[in-house]
Amino acid sequence: MAATIISPRKGRGRHSPLPGLPLTLGVTILWLTILLLLPLAALFSKSVALGPGHFIEAAFSRRALASYELSFGAALIAAAINAVFGLLVAWVLVRYRFPGRRLFGAVVDLPFALPTAVAGIALTAVYANTGWVGKPAAALGLQLAYNPVGVVIALTFIGLPFVVRTVEPVLADLGKGIEEAAATLGARRWIIFRRVILPEIFPSVVTGFALAFARGVGEYGSVIFIAGNMPFKSEIAPLLIVTKLEEYDYAGATAIATVLLLASLVLLLLINIWQGREHRRRAL
Amino acid sequence: MSAKNKAISESLATKTVLILVALAYVSLILLLPLLSVFSEAFRHGIAAFKAAIVEPDARAAIKLTLTVAAISVPINMICGVAAAWAVTKHDFRGKNLLISLIDVPFSISPVVAGMMYLLLFGAQGWFGDWLLAHDIRIAFAVPGIVLATLVVTLPFVARELIPLMQSQGREEEEAALTLGAPGWRIFLWVTLPNIRWGLLYGVLLTNARAMGEFGAVSVISGHIRGETNTMPLQVEVLYNEYNFAAAFAVASLLAGLALVTLVVKTLLEWRHGDQLAAAGH
Repeated sequence: MAATIISPRKGRGRHSPLPGLPLTLGVTILWLTILLLLPLAALFSKSVALGPGHFIEAAFSRRALASYELSFGAALIAAAINAVFGLLVAWVLVRYRFPGRRLFGAVVDLPFALPTAVAGIALTAVYANTGWVGKPAAALGLQLAYNPVGVVIALTFIGLPFVVRTVEPVLADLGKGIEEAAATLGARRWIIFRRVILPEIFPSVVTGFALAFARGVGEYGSVIFIAGNMPFKSEIAPLLIVTKLEEYDYAGATAIATVLLLASLVLLLLINIWQGREHRRRAL
Repeated sequence: MSAKNKAISESLATKTVLILVALAYVSLILLLPLLSVFSEAFRHGIAAFKAAIVEPDARAAIKLTLTVAAISVPINMICGVAAAWAVTKHDFRGKNLLISLIDVPFSISPVVAGMMYLLLFGAQGWFGDWLLAHDIRIAFAVPGIVLATLVVTLPFVARELIPLMQSQGREEEEAALTLGAPGWRIFLWVTLPNIRWGLLYGVLLTNARAMGEFGAVSVISGHIRGETNTMPLQVEVLYNEYNFAAAFAVASLLAGLALVTLVVKTLLEWRHGDQLAAAGH
């Protein structure tokens, strides 16, 4: 339906008869220039002004490398945890009916709505040694806060809705026809899930994983309270930027920020390409 | 029939276990932290909570947060609607690039976003000398906070409206045009009624993020107590001073806002789900 309404892309010569293009496009370009393009240009030009030698020295110092390792590593682990449990939560929400299901579904979006600083101090309260979860864990000898484990916990909180909300609609759209066919052929339930359902929803799990990962790499507010923030050990890359800025080391901050920015732009590009491919595949 | 249903569904035991594991996971990482905010905020009683909220710095932070949201939400709403109109009601070169640009703030680290403005408006920034000469303060002042808030909340309205308006097409507007209606009336009378719930949805998410933004605002604000501390920054300051009760009291207000946002969002998805682009933000 939608595809037939959208006018054909190739008809570039034909102009829409509707008014307002100069005004709305002008506003949009002004908006994007002031808020996005000009600041991006300032960052890149400052980076270039550093010169390659200084840039590499500041961007890949030992301390900076340790912070990337933590930010990317913890984001990867948290996204992997969420890929598994997010799929489970989406499955339960779409396939099963139980009391409180809708409330449960609404709670999944909490990380989108709760300010990150609030999430940060709340997670610390729960997972530090005196907290509801941290205390029993400490009794078992597990330290959950003020170390890299704390970073993973915070990023797990932040990332869950990305996986659930990406997988959910795909799972809901999945007809039961193939499953029924497989079942008539005598396939066991687990085999059906692995061979029939999982290949269909797996691309959306990857998308959710990538979105959660991308968000986790740049996350700041929810992490810094629970992380411990020890250089070389539990210092995430965004925090290192803030530290450099507080020391008026703008060159160092700029170099690290540029690395993070390029990483996130590459991730965004990859996600877009992946989603575009999936979109076309599903449309067939 | 029942055998078939059995074959494409799980046993009751499996279902129960899966539901319980999902509930346990969500309780552990989402619900417990949320509950802890309120439990910590009221640990020393309602009087202590009240005292922490009406204290002058807290009041200044609340006022600043409301002010910043009151400025930035309408700007991003108007510009988001304009972008969606340009992109969905017209064809032009570079349209896909424009749509991709709108997505960029979602992927930038908030700290990097805030820092870019320091490089523009800070003392050593592009416009630093000029601003100093004209005695205009942007960095470490309210305008900088507004700019940082604007960039992190830039995509919400446009990202909601673009797919929605794309699926609605242009026929209704073109019909109104042939009847001789001027542009602004076409928008107000034809387009707006079709997109109002999606617009509200986008504004809701914009507002939640605007009032709660931390990283971007933290970098540009300068943390001046009673002047450039928004509520999330005030939470950090109090927390770092080991004034946990007051930190959680202010945090509980923000958590309350998050809950209101979730309730309205859920209501919109139930009642007007068909008029939302993607219930996936």
